[in-house]
Amino acid sequence: MQPAPDPDLRTPDLYLVFEADTVSVRQSLRQMLALAPLAGLSVEDRGVAELVLAEVLNNVAEHAYSDGGGTVSVSLARDPAGIRCRVVDRGRAMPGERLPQGHLPGGPDTALEDLPEGGFGWHLIRSLCADLAYTRVDGQNRLGFLLPTNGQGPSDNGDRS
Amino acid sequence: MQLQTQTRPKVISVQVMEDRIDAATAIQFKEKMRDVTRDGPARVVLDLARVQFLDSSGLGAIVAVKKLLAPDRTLELACLTPTVEKVFRLTRMDGIFTIHSSLEVAVAHAASA
Repeated sequence: MQPAPDPDLRTPDLYLVFEADTVSVRQSLRQMLALAPLAGLSVEDRGVAELVLAEVLNNVAEHAYSDGGGTVSVSLARDPAGIRCRVVDRGRAMPGERLPQGHLPGGPDTALEDLPEGGFGWHLIRSLCADLAYTRVDGQNRLGFLLPTNGQGPSDNGDRS
Repeated sequence: MQLQTQTRPKVISVQVMEDRIDAATAIQFKEKMRDVTRDGPARVVLDLARVQFLDSSGLGAIVAVKKLLAPDRTLELACLTPTVEKVFRLTRMDGIFTIHSSLEVAVAHAASA
C-alpha cells in the first residue's frame, strides 16, 4: 500500500511516490528539481532544496527501511515563505518517535582519527529548513518542513558574499 | 565514479569527474580514492570543481579518506562549488581541511611546503 498524500497539503504542486533506495532517490531528486515548484527557484535555493531533500530521503532509505525496501512520497507546495514539503513513508519509526537532535558530531579539538564520518545529516536538515515537524500516525512516518526561499535560511543569513 | 589523477613531484591531484558524491556513490568514491592514492606523494589534493552536489554521506567519505591517508599523508581540497562549500561550512568541516581556491594555488602551496 502506498502512503496517501498528506492531508495538510491538499493541493501540492508536485506529488511523487518512489522506491526509497539511494539510486531511486538520486533519480527522483533530478526529476523534482526539473519540475515546478523547485525548477523556478534560484540556483542557491535549488541547491539547498536538493540537499535537504536528499538528506531526508536517504534517511528513509537507510534507516526507516533498513530492514527492507518500501516507498516514500514527497509533496511540495508553494507557500509565501518558501516551499512546504511533506515526506511520508511506512518504514520503522524514528527512535523514541522523535526527531534526532542533530548535534554536530566532533568539535574543533577532535583528533583526526576520531573525526566523525557520519551524523551530519540531521544537523544539515535543521540548519537549512524551518517548521520541522514529525509525527508517527497509522504506521506512517510523516515529516513536514519548510524550505525557505530567496536565501532566507534560518541559520544562513547575513554572510553571503 | 570516475577519478582522474595527476602526479607531480610533491603532490598528487585527484579530480572527481562526476557532478555529485552522494549516498549512492559515497562508498565507491572512498574505495576508488584509496586505490588511486595507494602510492605517491605525501600531499593529496582533491579537486572538486566538477562536483555540484555533496550530501552528508559524500562528506563522510571525504573525511574517511583523510583518515585513511593519515598520519603520513594529507588530504587537501580545491575548487569547492557553492553548495559543496555550504556543506563544509555548516558542518564546520571547513576548519578541519585545508581548502584552496584553485588547483594551481593548491599545487603551489603543496610544492612550497
